[in-house]
Amino acid sequence: MGNSYAIEVEGLHKSYGDIEAVRGIDLKVKIGEIFALLGPNGAGKTTTIEILEGFIEPNAGQVRVLGYDPARHERTYKERIGIVLQETEVEEFLSVEESIQLVRSYYQNPLSIDDVLAATGLTDLRKVRPRKLSGGQKRRLDVAMGLAGNPDLLFLDEPTTGFDPHARRDAWDMLRNLRELGKTVLLTSHYMDEVEHVADRAAVMISGKIVSEGTPQELAHESEPTICFSADKNLTFPKELAADVNQDDDRYELSSPDLVKTLHVLTGWAIENSVELENLSISRGSLDDAFVKLTQSSEEKSED
Amino acid sequence: MRQLRLLAIQFVYENVRFWRNAIAAFFTVALPLAMMVILCLLLGSQQTSAESAPIYLSTFYVPAISAMAVIGACFTNIAMEVAISRDRGLLKRYRGTPLPTSILVSAKLTHAILLGFLLVICLLCLGAWAFDATLQDMRVGMFSLMLILGSATFCALGLAIAAVIPNAEASPAIVQAIVLPLLFISDVFLPMDNAPSWLQWIASVFPVRHFALGLQSSFHPLLTNDIQEWVHLVVLSIWFVVGLVVAIRYFRWEPKR
Repeated sequence: MGNSYAIEVEGLHKSYGDIEAVRGIDLKVKIGEIFALLGPNGAGKTTTIEILEGFIEPNAGQVRVLGYDPARHERTYKERIGIVLQETEVEEFLSVEESIQLVRSYYQNPLSIDDVLAATGLTDLRKVRPRKLSGGQKRRLDVAMGLAGNPDLLFLDEPTTGFDPHARRDAWDMLRNLRELGKTVLLTSHYMDEVEHVADRAAVMISGKIVSEGTPQELAHESEPTICFSADKNLTFPKELAADVNQDDDRYELSSPDLVKTLHVLTGWAIENSVELENLSISRGSLDDAFVKLTQSSEEKSED
Repeated sequence: MRQLRLLAIQFVYENVRFWRNAIAAFFTVALPLAMMVILCLLLGSQQTSAESAPIYLSTFYVPAISAMAVIGACFTNIAMEVAISRDRGLLKRYRGTPLPTSILVSAKLTHAILLGFLLVICLLCLGAWAFDATLQDMRVGMFSLMLILGSATFCALGLAIAAVIPNAEASPAIVQAIVLPLLFISDVFLPMDNAPSWLQWIASVFPVRHFALGLQSSFHPLLTNDIQEWVHLVVLSIWFVVGLVVAIRYFRWEPKR
């Protein structure tokens, strides 16, 4: 096993009784990258991340994180990771600063309190008790406590679930700050736009399996680009296009695996037959489309 | 050295969060003090018939309420606190840090035990000063032994109950349902001399009565009984072991799902 990977997982399985939460996944996360585990609720994301954190023991598979086996709960391993759990509360009787200081004291080489506060945007709230924090601010305190020990690897389980759009933007800025600190980050999310904004690479997880993996751009490309235009309602398309055309009144959508060729055929045919293509545009499938498509195809498969 | 520093920090934290939690602090600290003052003022100057010299009831109440204070600081406090911390995800968060479990638990226990000692000292001083109830000089050692063993036992039982409490919402009901009846049948508020024998038998199985009587026996020569004291120590020790085994076997870091 090489040294350039922070996380290496092979053939990971975890069942709860009859329910298979994780069904054989392989995963490699490079040092210094922000990697997102993406998927709908119940896909097995939290089970996977909690196995890597050491909270859950897998039924089968190889797990190495920073060279450690997380299930052994070694203190030296805990020194090097930071954990932000999906559902957790903070100590209600301590201020923001006191909570972070307490966690800092557990580590040999913690980040300075000012750096932690600055990275998580909590500097102005350092004296405030959690009761007076908003949901987004509380979540940032969670991240601050995960970051306090100056970990090499930070686990973030759904860091922005339940945030309003503004708070999510702030959180993304915070995640980008982490990249500047040189941290490796494994985060789970069910928001596509989040992954597009912060992740270097992502894996889409559905029903306990990884169905797709790559950069956010690569994932987005998995949905075919679509050519859109408006034209006369009663058009007859050439044979090679007819099968791919979707018509909705005078709006047409044309999906294509080979964009250049399809566009050539379409425009050539339009010029020859003097067909006017109004508002001609190409939409470059967003990650959302890719995600929906992957989710649907996986559901169809599991129904078989 | 580093371990000691961690323990000190964690102990200070337990202390801070305890005193900032006004409700818990009130029940643990003010309640026993108030109970002792009220009981001593109402009934303390009454005497029980004794052959040689009369015994004031305050002589019973000061050690009995001391037992109640230790049970509050150790058993009730720890059981509720652990159950709530677990439900709120705080224990799981600790689990993910390098803080050793031994230090996490030691800090909680140290805080509970010292709090209990502090309360007992307050109760003893108040009793001696206001209600003519003093610990016999000769008996300080035995009283201390009983106090230490009782504190350890109720800490262990607090951790054990926390392990079997299903969720934080249920914890006050479960803990009080155990503590209150036991206090009433264990010579803490009322003498049990005239109670039916089956009730006395039930009370003598549980540790509360042995702890209260064990502390009382150091307050008056007529209450001192060496054989009974050994029984108290043995029963408390058995409950200590039971509590410890259950606590270790069933301790949970996370709430039940």
